[in-house]
This record gives sequence, structure tokens and C-alpha cells, in this order.
Amino acid sequence: MKHGQGGLGGASLLRQVPRVTLLLLFVPVLAGLLGTLAPAFGTGEADWWAAFDSLAAWPGLRRAIALSLASGLVATVLSLAITLLLVASLADTAMFAALRRLLSPLLAIPHAAAALGLAFLIAPSGWIVRALSPWATGWTAPPDVLILNDPWGASLTLGLITKEVPFLLLMTLASLPQTDAARRMAIATSLGYGQVAGFVLCVLPPLYRQLRLPVYAVLAYAMTAVEMAMILGPTLPPTLAVQIIHWMTDPSLAHRGTAAAAALVQLVLVVAALLGWHLAERFARAAVLRAAGSGRRWARADPPLRLFAVAVGFVVAGLLITGLIGLAVWSFAGLWQFPAALPASLNLTTWMKSGPDLARTAGVTAAIALLATGAAAGLVLACLEAEHRFGLTADQRALWLLYLPLIVPQIAFLPGLQRLTLALGAENGVPAVAAVHLVFVLPYVFLSLGPAFRAWDGHFAVAGAALGATPAKVFWRLRLPMLLGPVLTAVAVGVSVSVAQYLPSLLIGGGRVETLTTEAVALSSGGNRRIIGAYGLMQMLLPSLGFAVALAVPRLVFRHRAGMRADLRAGSSGRTAR
Amino acid sequence: MTGGLTLDALVLRLGARVIAQMSVEVAPSAVLTVMGPSGSGKSSLLAAIIGAAPRAFTVSGRVLLGARDVSDAAPHARRIGILFQDDVLFPHLSVGQNLGFGLPPGQSRAQRQTAIDTALERAGMAGFAGRDPATLSGGQRARVALLRALLSRPDALLLDEPFSRLDAELRAQFRAFVFSQTRAHGLPVILVTHDPDDARAAAGRIMDPMGRELALPGG
Amino acid sequence: MNRRRFGQLTTGVALAAVFGSKVWAEDWQATLDAAKGQTVYWHAWGGDTKINDFIAYVGAEAEARYGVKIEQVKLASTADAVARVVAEKAAGQTAGGAVDLIWINGENFAAMKQAGLLFGPFAEALPNWRLVDKAGKPAVISDFTIATEGFESPWAMAQLVFEYDQATVPVPPVTLAGLQAWIIANPGRFTYPQPPDYLGVTFLKQVLYGVMQEPEALQQPLDEATYEAAVAPLWAFLDAVHPSLWRAGQAFPANEPALGQLLADAEIGISLSFNPGRASAEIAAGNLQATVRSFVLEGGTIGNASFVAIPFNAAHRAGAMVVADLLLDPAIQARAQDPAVLGFLTVLDQAALDPVAKARFDGLDLGVATLAPAALGRSLLEPHASWTARIAADWVGRYGVAQ
Repeated sequence: MKHGQGGLGGASLLRQVPRVTLLLLFVPVLAGLLGTLAPAFGTGEADWWAAFDSLAAWPGLRRAIALSLASGLVATVLSLAITLLLVASLADTAMFAALRRLLSPLLAIPHAAAALGLAFLIAPSGWIVRALSPWATGWTAPPDVLILNDPWGASLTLGLITKEVPFLLLMTLASLPQTDAARRMAIATSLGYGQVAGFVLCVLPPLYRQLRLPVYAVLAYAMTAVEMAMILGPTLPPTLAVQIIHWMTDPSLAHRGTAAAAALVQLVLVVAALLGWHLAERFARAAVLRAAGSGRRWARADPPLRLFAVAVGFVVAGLLITGLIGLAVWSFAGLWQFPAALPASLNLTTWMKSGPDLARTAGVTAAIALLATGAAAGLVLACLEAEHRFGLTADQRALWLLYLPLIVPQIAFLPGLQRLTLALGAENGVPAVAAVHLVFVLPYVFLSLGPAFRAWDGHFAVAGAALGATPAKVFWRLRLPMLLGPVLTAVAVGVSVSVAQYLPSLLIGGGRVETLTTEAVALSSGGNRRIIGAYGLMQMLLPSLGFAVALAVPRLVFRHRAGMRADLRAGSSGRTAR
Repeated sequence: MTGGLTLDALVLRLGARVIAQMSVEVAPSAVLTVMGPSGSGKSSLLAAIIGAAPRAFTVSGRVLLGARDVSDAAPHARRIGILFQDDVLFPHLSVGQNLGFGLPPGQSRAQRQTAIDTALERAGMAGFAGRDPATLSGGQRARVALLRALLSRPDALLLDEPFSRLDAELRAQFRAFVFSQTRAHGLPVILVTHDPDDARAAAGRIMDPMGRELALPGG
Repeated sequence: MNRRRFGQLTTGVALAAVFGSKVWAEDWQATLDAAKGQTVYWHAWGGDTKINDFIAYVGAEAEARYGVKIEQVKLASTADAVARVVAEKAAGQTAGGAVDLIWINGENFAAMKQAGLLFGPFAEALPNWRLVDKAGKPAVISDFTIATEGFESPWAMAQLVFEYDQATVPVPPVTLAGLQAWIIANPGRFTYPQPPDYLGVTFLKQVLYGVMQEPEALQQPLDEATYEAAVAPLWAFLDAVHPSLWRAGQAFPANEPALGQLLADAEIGISLSFNPGRASAEIAAGNLQATVRSFVLEGGTIGNASFVAIPFNAAHRAGAMVVADLLLDPAIQARAQDPAVLGFLTVLDQAALDPVAKARFDGLDLGVATLAPAALGRSLLEPHASWTARIAADWVGRYGVAQ
């Protein structure tokens, strides 16, 4: 027996959407990579060698490579360890619930704003030293110690960790339900295992399978982050990614070849690190299995680990939040000399002076975010609906393609994409920037919406069809309204991803499209803390607004629908009690 | 009414294994009861009849409503209603909007509202149109689900253990209400249950999911 | 597209540009007519709100006077705009480019001029060109020893000055040797922006002027045979002071504003600026201690001019020329020199101005921290660009990788 599609004209079109969407992710990345590598290989062998010779001649190369690898790997290992420790030892505690509520706002903070806030906090003239001076430290002038931009990349690594832990935490919480964690933990603890040990031995193996791609994305990002490294990273030399940007924007053509060669090196580094990580996974897995076979219970490790987790949770969330408050205070500060903990006066001068600029830039940023996210949400919904209607299953390969733009370093393919858009004569306005943002926004929207969409109770669709509703009517009248919360949350995630983009806006916009993030990073080199504070604050207000809407609108629309509110409370999964 | 519901050599397979098979004709107003332990394929059989069997299953044979062969029709085009164990009221719609979802299109707003109000009144739930389904009692929700199915003017109705979640008293009441309604509409009904009381009340043929005729123990 | 075709294309464009400028020179009114309604995308470094505000003011004036709008494209580095034009040329985009006007000088100008990326000559065709002080301020036509030849138009003069806080540095060192001694005696209280930052490299060149045997050689392209020996005293000077720098020379501020912030935060005691009026302006804005003053070194400090240039493929060439001319307007120049606005030195010849225009300059209150024109001393010409590029690169090799 076949199921006719019952006069659904767009059915064949809908069927193609998943393929088209994957192409939309794949083609720009591939084309960009080729475009970037072209100058490295020049037009002849001489150019090829010249590019790599000039790269090899750069005295900072070894150190920049070491910095990229070290800050990337250390940040990833620590972020993952902290995330797992938080989940393992604090699950079902009040603090974890608080962290969970903070998660969306923390995620919404763009990397640049987080880095700027952190810089205000930890600099020798920053808030932490001010708070302790002079009563505890005796300092009346900022101490001459190297904290920010330290040559070992420690501040950069710290900055990366504060941003990557919330991301990994979110991905972990999304994956946990599929691992049967609660029952596994109950069994492990009833057998006398400590909570953390039980988690590592029984839940982590299946959990990590789900976490693998997000972890790869974190590793690739941490190794190649540009805006965080520009603000917090070393300068003697900078990380390889930042140096590539320096070369890319250097007036002489010769450096463009160097930049392309370096981008290739960067790509190879990331691939090598991913392969190394993959190998390490096997060792780690073997170690976990050995530990499970040893019969040790590690129950006494729980109290100190829990204490440690509480401390780390406070530090990570505290650094981010206090940093943002610092941004806010600076934007209203009058004269604020060291070592005063608070400004002598507060005023609106900064906001009044930069108000028109801020408003216009925020408008452009919002327009790009809404264009990119609107398109992404439409495509993702169409993909998921096609998957549901035609029984397509997203295989591992599709998932890899989805993660491709998150794993291939932006610094490796955006320069090439910039060349291509120019060669195609594309106008480098807001639409072009939004189109490239789509490549980065779409995976996150998919990851955010997919689980809720798939978890939607199929009985509703069957009941709808039995009442004579076409698949289209079921989608528009049942599925979409019932998933209003998750859809808006996914849109908010998309907006926050778009707002945070630096390189795509800078390179594809050709400097003509000013977003809050490009402005904030450009201003960060100038050291005017007041205006940096204002831009940093705006940069995070915009995504926060998105999350506020995602939270408020379903509550308002469904204020008289207890069944929907129960869903919202249960974590907006769209699943009803059965 | 268009006539009875005919299952013509309907066979449901999962791989090579036969899950359910049935060749039977259910006359208008008659009730066929399918009994069997849980996991015996009863619900899958109903899913196959309405065209919503999971993709892993293969379905052969024909489903006819009177002379109309709906075997290849999409679920929404078959005009076969179904009631589940839980009521599956749409939580984002009011009681009235749930009923309106079932109403076929093509009438004025006022006519649709009248149809909804009349149905609620007959079910003893006058004035409930604006209510949030989550605020209803179990019995009320069950009745709304039935009304919704009937308002969609199906040619047959399938009942997938719709009484099992109700307590004993409510259960007899609702059962009586359902059968009085399906008889009034002259609908052929297939009832899936594991409760002999349901089968007794249905007062029709009884089969297991493999299409074998059963007799009620002690009946 | 192969290289030869690129060459032909750009030659053609350059020729068209030359003839085009002659036509405009004959009829400035035609330029004004063509400019009306255009929006000029002015790519300028955007790290300083006061400069951004000034550009916005010029934009308002341009719109009011000539119906030309200015859209400032704020850059983290001028090189971004150059890279943009380079990319457009590589992509074969010979018209309708994104960049109409660039705030430029030195290395960026040399690179663009050499690569044929600039439109011109156009500067001599500007009506206000006759007011420019070519004789008294040779830097307005010699940009880092490269003759500008009308491919860029000056709009501000700058001269290196040192800033110090009287509260912590009672007597500033006014010789290079004195500065070296002061740095070593006050560890952690001095630094300079990290080369290849512009101000950082200027500091290196200033030191080079002071320690070199024959500073005249700086006006010639560097000679490989004598280069190492010529610059050895520079590295000796830096080797001596680096351990005593802020953060022990393990990190450097990114640029001039970042350096200024260190002075404002009292992290350092002596700072540099390429803008003699910067300290006064910052004090007036409440961003800097009122005790900060300026000084220059005996024997003079390096001075140069800031220019605007128009890329070969600028979409709004006429509008860009109108803006370049407006920047030379006496009223705008006087406003730029006002310490409350920018405090940039004018490029105009005071003797060429009419009394009304001259009065604007005479009426300026230069501010407490600004040296009088006479006290600024001799303005040293920028060395040849080959020196700049080479010492910047060598600095990166020597000190750009932390030990």
C-alpha cells in the first residue's frame, strides 16, 4: 500500500530541501577553502615556494603554531572536564538549576564582549586589582605585571573556557536524556559507586558519542579564534589566526601569499589536532573501561570534587557576569582613576555621544541577524518536516556536513570566500553578509530545534490526519504552534550566533557593513574603555532581547493553555505527558 | 452512510514476520472487537487501517469503505476516525477550536460555531467551547475527543483502548455514550481492547490480531 | 584572468584617470555638479571617537555645502582598506569600488601608488590647494620621501611629541640619552606601541635619528651594504632599555590610544603621541590627569602629514575630490586644530590666508599641555619608506617573539 501525498503540490520541492540545505553549508566552505589556497599556490611554482618561504622566514611561526595548539587543546580539555564535572557532581542540585537558567544568557554573550569584559576584570588596572587595592595589596598604581596578552596565552585560554563551558554544558544537557542517565546513575550509586565515578563509568561513554562533534567544534574554534585572541591573546607573537588577519590586511601583495600559506598551515594544524584528539579518545575510552573493571568505587572523591565543581561553576559564571557588569559600569563612568573600585561619577555622556552610531549599528546588526536567522529557521523547519514526511533519516554523514562550518576554521575559508564574492561581483552589502552568516547560523538553529521537533508527539499528527487534516495543515496548525517555544528559542540562538560573528562581517562586508561586533573589536584596539563598554553591552543586549522574546511570547500566547505551559516548564521539549 | 468497513486480506508484516492479519467486513453500526495481550499487534493493525503504520512495517491487502478502496489514500483522505487511549486533545487549542479542527471546511463561521455548540450541548458540556482542555476532567476530555472525531464525519471509527484510562464507573458511562453515538451515526466500528467488559458491551464479533474468531470466556 | 591582462587593464584605467583629472582641473564646477547627491565612503581608522566625531562634522558640512554625504567606514587598521582595493583589483573590479577615500600616508601610500591602485594626480586641481604650505611644511608633498605627485591630498600635520605627568616626572628628559637613563632608572614606566604600529615605528625612527652616525642617509633608500652597521646603535639602545620597559618588554600596547590609556591609568610616566594637541584635548575631555604636559627632544622630532587618497576604482570620485578639498578649507582646518576638537596641526600657510581665516587660527586656545609652535622645535622629515619597512620587520624578528 502506498501513501499518496494527497494533492500536496510542494511535496517534491520539500523533499529536496535537506539536500539543498546541506549544499548551502558545504559549497561555501569548500569554495572558500579553494579560494584561500589559490594564492598560496599562486600562478606558478615560484609563487608557491615564495609564499611558504616568507612564512617560514617569519620568526614567530613556531611560537604562533605552539600557541594555537596549546591554547586550543588546553581550553578544550579544561572546558570539557569542567562541563562533565559540573554535570556529574552537581546534577539535581539548586546550584545546577541556577546554572541551567543562566545558560542561555551566558551563551548569548558574544565572544568579543566576553573577552572585553574579562579584560576589564583581570588587567593589572582592572576591577579585581582595584577591588583589592590599596587596602589589601598596598598598590596605588597598577602593578607592572603581565596578565592580559601574556605570551603563554593563559588569559586567552581562560577567556575561551568561560565561553566554551556554557556551550558544552548546553550540548551535554541536550544529549543526556538519550543516554538513560538517571537510571544508570541510580544503579551505579546503589552499587556503591561515587556519583562522579558512576557518571564517568556508566553515563560518559554513551554521552560522549553524542558530544563528539560539539567537542570537535570547540577544539577547532579554540585553535583559530580571532576576536578573543585579538583582545586577550599574546602579541609577541600573536596566535597564528591573528597573524593571518594581520597579513591578510597588509597592503603588500606578497603578504597575501604568506597569509594563504599560513591559512593552509592553520588548516593542517586543526586537522592534525582533531586526529590526535580522536586517537586520544580511544585511550580515554580504554582507560574508562579498565577503571570500570577494577571495581573501585571512588565514593570518597565526591565531596572534594563537588566542592571543586561549585568553585569552578562560580568562577566561570562569575567571570562572565562580572565582566559584563564591568562593561556596563565603564559605559556610564565619569572620571575613574586607579585604584578607585567605582567611578567618581556616573554620567550618560558616552551613551549620548555614541547613541546615534550605536543605534544605527545595532539596526544593521539586527537586520543581518534576522535575515540570516529567518532563512535558517525556514530551511531547518523545512528539512525537519521533510525528514518527518518522507521518513528520511539524518545519517552520520549529514551530521558531519552540518558541523562542517563549525569545524573548518573560519580563518581558512572566509578569505577565499571574500575573493569569490568579489570575483562574482556580489555587492558586499547587508544581504551578502547575511548570506554568509546563514552558513554559521543554520547549524546552531538545527541543533537547537532538531531535538524538540523530533520529540514532538507523533500521536498529534495521526490524530490530525484521522480528522482529515492534510500534512500541510498538521504542520501549520498543530506542529508549528505547539513548537512555538522551541522555534523561538532556536531563532534566539540563531540571532545570538549572528550577532557574535566577527570575521564574516569584516571580510564579506568589506569594512562597509558595520556590526556591533566589528565595531567593538575595532574599538578594542583603541583602549577607550567607556565606548568599548557601551558597544560590548549593546552587543550582548541584542541576543538577550531575542531570548527574552523566546521566553515571553509563548507564555503570553499560551497563558490560558495549561497543557502548553506544562511543556514550557518541562524545558520546552514540546513533549506532552503520556 | 456509505456502507461497511471491509478489510480484504489485510496483512501487516515487520520484516518477514506477520504482526497482524485480518479479512473481515464490519457492517454500519456494527462493532468488531479485536482482543489480545499487549504487544500483540492490535494497535499496529489500527495504524495500518488508517494509513499511519510506521515505515518499518509493510502492509498488503485492501481497506474498503463501502465500495470505496482507500488502500492507497493518504491518512487524511481516508475518512477513518480514531480514538486513542489518551484523548490527544491539542493542548494549544481551546475545546471549541479542537472541535473546529475536526469540522470539514466549507461552512460559514456561524454555522461552524453552531455545529460545535450543538455537539457540546448534546454531550452535556454546553458552554465549554472557550475552555482550556487542560482544565477538563478525564471524562470530559474523553467526550470532547469523541465529539471531535464524529464532527469530522468519518465513514468508520477505530477505538484504540479509549476506555482503559477511565475509572470503572466513568468507563461504563463513556462506553455507553460512544456506542450510542456510533450507532446513531451508523458507523462501522473496530474496537481494540484487552478488557472483556468492553467486548461484552460492544456486542459484536470478537477476533484476535491474527483474524481468528474468539469467544468470550464465561460469555 | 592572467597577469598580462591585469596590466593592460590597470594601465588603461590610470590613463583615463590622468585625462579625467585634467578635465576636472579646468572646471571644478563640473566636479561639484557630479558630486552632488553622492555618498563618499571614507575609510578611516575608527579607534578614536574624537576623530570619528570630526569626520561626522565634515560630513555634515559637505552635505550642507555641496550635497555630498560622507559615510565613514571605521577601520581597525588603514591596511584593511588597502587590502580591500587590492582584492577588488585582483577580482578585476575596475569601477564602482567600495572605497572612495582613504585616510592614508607612508607605507600604505607607497604601496598603493606603486601598485597603481590610486586615482590621480588630483590634489593640485583642488581649489584650496593654493593655501597649502608647500615650502614651510615639505612633508605635505613628500610622504616618507615619496613624492606625492598629486596622488594624495594633505589634511593635517603631525609631529612626534612626548607626554609626561608632572606629578610623577618633575623634570622630563629632553635628550635621547636622558630618556634612556630615565627608562632604566624607572623600570616599568615607559613603553611604545608594538611595531609595525605606526607610532611604534616612528619611535624607532626617532631613536635612529638620534643614534645614527649619518642621519642624512635616512633620506635615501637603504643600502644593504651599510644597513646593519647603520642600525646597530638602534638595537643597542633598545637592548639596553627593553628589560626596563612596561611589562619588561614582554607585551606592548597596540597603538597610540592604548598607549594613552596607560598614561591615563598612571601605568606609565612618559608617553608619546603624534598629535601635539592630544594631551590638552584629553585633559579637556576629562580623560587624562590635568598634570600632564608635553616635551620634544633637542634636535627635533619626526613630523609628517596625513593625507587622503582616492582609489583608482572609486565609485564616487567627484564626491571624494570635493571632500578632499573641503578638508583644506580654512574653517575646517581651524576646527581640526582646536584642541577641544582634534588638536591636529594645520597644513595651511598662515601667510596665504585672508584676515578672517587667519583670525580663526589666532583665536585658538591651544591648551595647557600643548607646546607653542615655536617650542615644537625642528620637524624632522620621515626616512625613506625602505627604512621604515625594514626596521619594522627587523624589530619583529628581534623582539616580536617573546623570550
